Amino acid sequence: MNIPATVQNRFIWVLSLMILIAGCSNSDRNWNAKDISGLMPELEYELINASGEPVTAEANAGAVRLMFFGFTSCPDICPTTLQKLSRVVKELPDEAKKNVEILFVSVDPKRDTPERIKNYVEFFGDRITGLTGPEKNLRQLSKRYRTTFGYEDPDEKGNYAVSHSGAVYVFDRQGRARLLVRPEQSVDEIREDILALATGRA
Amino acid sequence: MMSAAEYLLPYDFSPLTILAYVLVLGFYAYGLFGMPESERPGGGRIFVFCLGVLLCYAVMQTRFDYYSQYMFFVHRGQHLILHHLGPILIALSNPLPVMQHLYRQIPKALRPYLAPVGWIYRVLQQPALASFLFFGLIYLWLWPPIHFDAMLSRDLYWVMNWSMLLDGLLFWWLIFDPRSPITTNALGYGKRMLCLAVVAIPQMILGAIIVFSRGMVYDVYEVCGRAWPMPPETDQLLGGLLTWIPPAMMSILGILIILRRAMRDDVNRPTHARAKEVTQ
Repeated sequence: MNIPATVQNRFIWVLSLMILIAGCSNSDRNWNAKDISGLMPELEYELINASGEPVTAEANAGAVRLMFFGFTSCPDICPTTLQKLSRVVKELPDEAKKNVEILFVSVDPKRDTPERIKNYVEFFGDRITGLTGPEKNLRQLSKRYRTTFGYEDPDEKGNYAVSHSGAVYVFDRQGRARLLVRPEQSVDEIREDILALATGRA
Repeated sequence: MMSAAEYLLPYDFSPLTILAYVLVLGFYAYGLFGMPESERPGGGRIFVFCLGVLLCYAVMQTRFDYYSQYMFFVHRGQHLILHHLGPILIALSNPLPVMQHLYRQIPKALRPYLAPVGWIYRVLQQPALASFLFFGLIYLWLWPPIHFDAMLSRDLYWVMNWSMLLDGLLFWWLIFDPRSPITTNALGYGKRMLCLAVVAIPQMILGAIIVFSRGMVYDVYEVCGRAWPMPPETDQLLGGLLTWIPPAMMSILGILIILRRAMRDDVNRPTHARAKEVTQ
């Protein structure tokens, strides 16, 4: 079978174009955040909440969930992100606000007791759920969303930094992974996306 | 702390991948023991074949895969093995006699059903298409939006790695086909060298673009966290160098190997032999 190479090349181009178009067209909306529809599995976890009780994703089913990994001793990215997200939620219309929940997952269970997480998240607002769990469960969750975290060697005072994802994973009211918010996005940009998801316009 | 055994266990366990490797090694061993001793490859070739297969396995189903997912330069190293080094070793080990022996074991009645595989193979082995696919796949998976998605989606990630491995096997088999183009219809030596040169240039350009870009080209490693704290610029620089230098070197090495084969074949050329007879 001898198909001229030019015809084959053209075929490949058409094929890759089709793949590209298919990749772009699964959303009819221009999101400010990165659209991750279909790329990641539904929200699922087995963790411990800020009262020390075991919880799963069922706990706040039906809400748009903004999941973020961090630790309470985090010097920069965690407080900035939590502050940003709580501003996003605070300025939403009441109707939408009750359908949005921020999930702060501490990946530093050694230092972050449920009580410590509770004080930490309460400082930032009232629609934030603090979560943590055994390292194994946290590894499982981060692997599920294709991220990771690592611990630095502790200094003489026992302090150490934790490397973790800077992104916010947004799940819609059905628990499907929808958006990945990058750290550099502004409050207004995030709010626009969250409002659309919370009011069911997308 | 992780024990040594844990480093050897897969980070992302893939039963299909393990099955594929078991089948390849199993059939290879079955062919080796079943074939007549005169045709059997020597110990060195068997070793090179197994080394190539195990290298590819190691970067897909050990802890190495974890680092490939969270460090750009380790990811480039993974593809260097899947798309270059592993397939090069497998092709150079010349498993053709083993495959021919295995093919003879297939009942004659079944062989017509394998014909479509042969057609697809022959289309993919057109030198122009094979070369285009070889660097085209590198460009496709390193195109920033696609790379981002591939690192986020488990399915896409597996498609990416398997497509690189299969394409690497096809391309390097075309280049290092042990059959001489003088006596068989294997690709001519000149065309093989041309293919190697053609695929080297786009890889060097891409590598250089990554190395010299000031901003972050692949921010997915920023967004999803790195395996250990390394400055992003260093990670990108190392990854760019791995895309640029080793593939270029492998192309040159490949050209030298082909050149040697061409010279050897030229000496043994039937026309020369006849010329010798005539002059003697």
